[in-house]
Amino acid sequence: MSNYAHIDEHRDDEGAKIGMWLFIFTELLLFGGLFIVYSVYRYINPEAFHLAAEELDTFTGTVNTVILLVSSMTIAMSISSIQYKNKKLTLILMGLTILLAAVFMVNKYFEWSGKISHGIYPGSPTLMEASQGEILFFGLYYAMTGLHALHIIIGVAFIAYVMRLVVKNEVQHDNFTILENSGLYWHLVDLIWIFLFPLFYLIT
Amino acid sequence: MEKEQHTHIVKYKTYIFVLIALLFMTFASVAITSINLGPYTVSAALLLASIKSILVLLIFMHLKFDKKFYGIMAASVFLLLACVIFITFLDYLYR
Amino acid sequence: MSDTVIQNHEPNYLEYKGRYKGIFAWIFSTDHKRIGLLYLYSMLVLFSVAAILGLLMKIELIAPGKTIMDAQTYNSFFTLHGITMIFLIVVPGLPAVFGNFFLPLMIGAKDVAFPKLNLLSWWIYILGAAVALSSQFFGDGPPDTGWTFYAPYSFRTGTNMLPAVTGAFILGFSSIATGINFIVTIHRMRAPGMTWMKMPLFPWALYSTSWIQVLATPIVGVTLLMIVLERTMQIGFFDPALGGDPILYQHLFWIYSHPAVYIMILPAMGVISEIIPTFARKTIFGYKAIVVSTLAIAFVGYFVWGHHMFTSGMSGTALYTFSILTFLVAIPSAIKIFNWVATLHKASIDIQTPFLWALCFLFVFMIGGLSGMVLGALSANVHLHDTAFVVAHFHFIVFGGTGYAFFGALHYWYPKMFGRMYDKGWANIGLAVFFTGFNTLYLPMFYLGMIGMPRRYYDYVEEFHGPNIVSSFGAMLMISGLVIIITNLVRSARKGEIAEADPWKGKTLEWTTASPPTLENFDEIPIVTKLPYDYE
Ligand code: HEM
Ligand SMILES: [Cu+2]
Repeated sequence: MSNYAHIDEHRDDEGAKIGMWLFIFTELLLFGGLFIVYSVYRYINPEAFHLAAEELDTFTGTVNTVILLVSSMTIAMSISSIQYKNKKLTLILMGLTILLAAVFMVNKYFEWSGKISHGIYPGSPTLMEASQGEILFFGLYYAMTGLHALHIIIGVAFIAYVMRLVVKNEVQHDNFTILENSGLYWHLVDLIWIFLFPLFYLIT
Repeated sequence: MEKEQHTHIVKYKTYIFVLIALLFMTFASVAITSINLGPYTVSAALLLASIKSILVLLIFMHLKFDKKFYGIMAASVFLLLACVIFITFLDYLYR
Repeated sequence: MSDTVIQNHEPNYLEYKGRYKGIFAWIFSTDHKRIGLLYLYSMLVLFSVAAILGLLMKIELIAPGKTIMDAQTYNSFFTLHGITMIFLIVVPGLPAVFGNFFLPLMIGAKDVAFPKLNLLSWWIYILGAAVALSSQFFGDGPPDTGWTFYAPYSFRTGTNMLPAVTGAFILGFSSIATGINFIVTIHRMRAPGMTWMKMPLFPWALYSTSWIQVLATPIVGVTLLMIVLERTMQIGFFDPALGGDPILYQHLFWIYSHPAVYIMILPAMGVISEIIPTFARKTIFGYKAIVVSTLAIAFVGYFVWGHHMFTSGMSGTALYTFSILTFLVAIPSAIKIFNWVATLHKASIDIQTPFLWALCFLFVFMIGGLSGMVLGALSANVHLHDTAFVVAHFHFIVFGGTGYAFFGALHYWYPKMFGRMYDKGWANIGLAVFFTGFNTLYLPMFYLGMIGMPRRYYDYVEEFHGPNIVSSFGAMLMISGLVIIITNLVRSARKGEIAEADPWKGKTLEWTTASPPTLENFDEIPIVTKLPYDYE
């Protein structure tokens, strides 16, 4: 049994991975709380949610979905490429992921600032005149996509940190759990967006 | 040290196929929701989203290749969340 | 064997010299034992403060009308008392102090899986505590919502809510970090031969507790975040004026906070499951039943949150469902009581202080649990909700359960932690005074609740005077008991007799190490072949 050895071993890949998954569960439930709020208010105000969702631009939403899906693939590939001992490709794929994340954020920035310049933001006079359902829709929109954007930033920082480790050869073909973990985190960000997208942009 | 979890290398091709499937479903959901299906719109969009997330979990997040234990944990967490939403709705549906 | 230990005497965890000196050797230590003590000391300080607040509230209630404080002060006192006791003491309490110290020892490991994360979680704890307590000192007066932060009052009140809510939010991360750490430790670091069904029951309890910590805490985290957003920008989630539903806040809050009461009680049950077989000199009755009921409590406990909201205006369907589920969750708790009592049956019991704490636990926990059944019944709840009866219920369970288990654990493991024994005579006197005071304090509150005294008021009508005098007197008696207990423990840490490695003749792994344990816990990682409580 390998049981005995791993106690003295400082490194426990499997343990680190379980830890990461547990952390991902906490993130899922964090958003889970918001999804509960969303579903309750959508159930109470179906009409207003319908109307409000039409304000959002499906095209931008779709582009951002595509971006995140592609970036999810590149980070997944980087794990294969480190296993093939291809350091350069690993770095390229990781860099690509970060780049795509940046494009996502730029898109988001224009989307938000467009809304804000139309006077639609929490507590704005325009919004306060709208129906209660619309106030809730946009409150949720800002809270959920905002929290999601925060996770994008954290994910980028995490991936950038692991890139440094790859450069310094501290992450290699036989020691890449942290790369796997940063990948898992990135997929989580993608996973949440997969649900945010239809709920906010498509239910018109 | 248990190394066996790392011996499996997923081929690039697999990832590309998965991406194509994901993109296809994304466009499908956009298309479906633009034609008006009434109450089914939401269910269709959510169904596609669920299939997409299962793909991401299984392939991108390696649940298919890892020990079963991870998959069981993840499934239970989703089940838990579903139960909580269901019970919350026992209030709102019948109020 | 013991000879070799003495010959190459390795420094124990209290003495060894690390990279840092003085206090830094503690607050930057990643040793799970030192971190456990850091938590213990922080909690003792906070507990004393919150206990004094409680005493002051009871003195206020000794007579109708204003006695020593006005209404607003009373409101802020019960809020601060609740926040401190719940979020800073009983929720983290047993896992952070005794889990940290004894989980690795009991499963034969050298430390937890992520020692640095462990230290970080203590720092987050201190940060959260500081932020929450800072609410008292600036802004427009201390918070006055109670520890439940109910909407919409929590964002309408002019008092200084933000730091309190943010502090509770930060504390969530500390709790999650500990939970993740323990789950991974238990999965990966059990000694060779210790299969799941050979693991002692305290680690089992910590395991289920950790899962609740991981899966429930994020919900309250995001809920508190929504309250912060609600206060800082009008986002409308729980504000009826903007279309929000305040009852949804209650749902989200209790989706966490009911499971949180199991975060409090499960480790307490684990402690009792350790103490009882040791002093009964008998293997525990129905080990598997206890394991299964521990997991069942954790699971079903997730779905009963609505019993805190029976009078909130929920739908009838929800009311019945929550009431039935609430009754179901009592079954596994009752199973455990039967197991403990059956373990005592025909045992040759060694009556020592920790065992007395466990007995008192059984007594008060039963009263608390049965009063919970009363509250779980819909019709009774309508009458009793938000009365002193509820206050008595949860003090019997939270203080009587978790609190008694905490002190029981302290008296049980004290010789292992400090290498010295406390004065047993004083310890028993302290317990007797405390136990008498406790019952004098809380039993009258059941009665007061039944005749209609509401909770969270600084004043009451003349009819309630008599029982309140008794109750306030009980509070003073109980605090005197606490003073005796704590003084005895603090004094003995330096002056007590040197303790043997296994003073109670316990059989679990922590008793096979030196007292106090060395930095690495075990000279050699033990190999487990027997069941945990093997007294044959
Ligand atoms: C036999 C199992 C239990 C049952 C049936 C039960 C039932 C209840 C019910 C129905 C209430 C709501 C009373 C009201 O506000 O109208 C309540 C309140 C409470 N219970 Fe329990 N309970 C049980 C065990 C526990 C345990 C194990 C704990 C903690 C360790 C606990 C802690 C609390 C607390 C803190 C409150 C008050 C919350 C507040 O409003 O501030 N209970 N219980
Ligand atoms: Cu409860």
